[in-house]
Amino acid sequence: MTLSHEQMLECYTTMKRIRLFELRAAEEFAGMRIPGFVHLSVGQEAVAAGVCRALRASDYIVSNHRGHGHLIAKGGEFKPMMAELFGRKTGYCKGKGGSMHIASLDLGMLGANGIVGGGPPIAVGAALAAQYQDTDRVSVCFFGDGASNQGTTHEAMNMAAIWSLPVVFVVENNRWGEFTHQSRHQTIEDIADRAAGYNIPGVIVDGNDVMAVYETASEAVTRAREGKGPSLVECKTYRIRGHFEGDPMNYRSQDELQEWQEKDPIQRFERKLEEMHLLSADKIKEIEATIRAELEDAVQFAADSPYPDTSELMEDVYTA
Amino acid sequence: MPTVTFMQAVHSALKLEMERDPSVYLAGVDISIGTFRVTAGLLEEFGERRVRDTPISESAIVGSAVGAAVCGLRPVIELMFVDFIGVSLDQLFNQAAKMKYMFGGRAKLPIVMRANFGGGLGAAAQHSQSLEAWFMHVPGLKVVMPSTPYDAKGLLISSIRDDNPVVFLEHKSLYFTATGEVPDEAYTVPIGKADVKRAGEDVTVVATAKMVSEALSAAETLAGEGISVEVVDPRTLSPLDEETILESVKKTNRLVVAHEEVKFAGSGAEIAAMVAEKGFDDLDAPIVRVGAPFTPVPFSPPLEKAFLPKAENIVAAVKQVTGR
Repeated sequence: MTLSHEQMLECYTTMKRIRLFELRAAEEFAGMRIPGFVHLSVGQEAVAAGVCRALRASDYIVSNHRGHGHLIAKGGEFKPMMAELFGRKTGYCKGKGGSMHIASLDLGMLGANGIVGGGPPIAVGAALAAQYQDTDRVSVCFFGDGASNQGTTHEAMNMAAIWSLPVVFVVENNRWGEFTHQSRHQTIEDIADRAAGYNIPGVIVDGNDVMAVYETASEAVTRAREGKGPSLVECKTYRIRGHFEGDPMNYRSQDELQEWQEKDPIQRFERKLEEMHLLSADKIKEIEATIRAELEDAVQFAADSPYPDTSELMEDVYTA
Repeated sequence: MPTVTFMQAVHSALKLEMERDPSVYLAGVDISIGTFRVTAGLLEEFGERRVRDTPISESAIVGSAVGAAVCGLRPVIELMFVDFIGVSLDQLFNQAAKMKYMFGGRAKLPIVMRANFGGGLGAAAQHSQSLEAWFMHVPGLKVVMPSTPYDAKGLLISSIRDDNPVVFLEHKSLYFTATGEVPDEAYTVPIGKADVKRAGEDVTVVATAKMVSEALSAAETLAGEGISVEVVDPRTLSPLDEETILESVKKTNRLVVAHEEVKFAGSGAEIAAMVAEKGFDDLDAPIVRVGAPFTPVPFSPPLEKAFLPKAENIVAAVKQVTGR
């Protein structure tokens, strides 16, 4: 499934939107305007952009604690996102969820999740609903190498396989489960190898090549949509910033960081699009300026938005 | 009106709701057969899409119910024994219970998680527990615990129709021994409403599940000694019907709370604290709780017998609060 030039540019813009949002969130967090924890996906933009490009608006995604990029790629808007991070009532979750629980059911984004491995069973449930209701919707689960060791991930993949559910498990192997390198938390190099254990397809893709991610994800999504069951797509990528903002990252080497910065997904795609004459230095500046202006508005919107009233504390615990 | 067992009442509720609402489906380990025969026959009637035998993967069972519910279905899942909640608790208390709140109100999680609980069958430490206090403690969950076939059917129907995650607890020794008249057709018993199972004047005994019949038996014994016992069955532990309990204590001025849970930090602790706080002026004696001792459930029959609270413990507690 090849993309049109316009769609390719959209992928690029999505990645830039994620990158600039994350960097602005880092600034706002450092300036103490965002409470709690934030986990940024700088360096992993091609996974979110490439996978979501392969999805319809009506498809579902389930995310993890590093979920801003997934939400943006699924159509999330800056204003309600920033407002949610700021804890204001104009946020996607009315300020009740924050970064780790940000969600938009309207966009089919069934939530970031504060529990590592919390997402896969939920993604299986969304796929179950799609199969049950005979829609041809697909559910995508984003999770990391850390989560690949959780029992819930194993259970979810096994259940999806035995029921042939339309779910694509996308593991973003960024080499680090929190502060522990992959080589110290699992004996395998390729998480995709585990797919064989469930008798489902397991594929590996360069997670920093947005077009490759898109193509691989498309195949898996098509498979699911055609009723052929789940797949595991392993995206090799890297987490440029810390596990959380404020993480001093004493545990990893400058060499490794530099090696991966040279493989930056946005720079790589920029070069490719420039070669195709779809981007120029001016065009890039223009795109950046537009996004930055939008971000400025979003931060202003968030800062100007009211906090939820304390009367809202007790609301939405139950459905009446 | 036919007399049926607790098990048959639960089965009837499931069948009727599945007939009425196509978005209701069942999932659980071996439910096509049914551990205590509760779900037996439903697979043949409704087919595999709606009655799903699962792998032994409780996190996936509960978690897939979360995802399915948020996408429009109404899962009724079964945990084979409530003791198995340990291997799936995150999906229940961190996901199902909290999604609506964390997402600012947009999500709806109409899940019923049925599980049997309780001892008396020699099933020992990991298959005999009473854990309702754990579930009561989680905002976002409802906790329902019927004691009779009539209440079980009506409450399960209400639970399935409720748009919130409901933990529906069935005492395993009531399945075949509790019998009663139950209408054939569907009806509801309201969640959050207690029931006075026996009216009395001298002392209120709040009891749940199997302890209701123990309390009624104790009441008979005590009536013979001139003590009139009122037995209040909360039926739902969360939300708790404080009003009915407080009204009863206003009348009798004495309270005993009886449950099969370990006494320490059990559901009775919440009920007792609530009455001490809101009904203090009506109390003529301290509140006494009857519960199991602070041990895992033992296997050996005489030990299990000694462990389980029973009518004689309630009689002793009533005598304590009435000073007789």
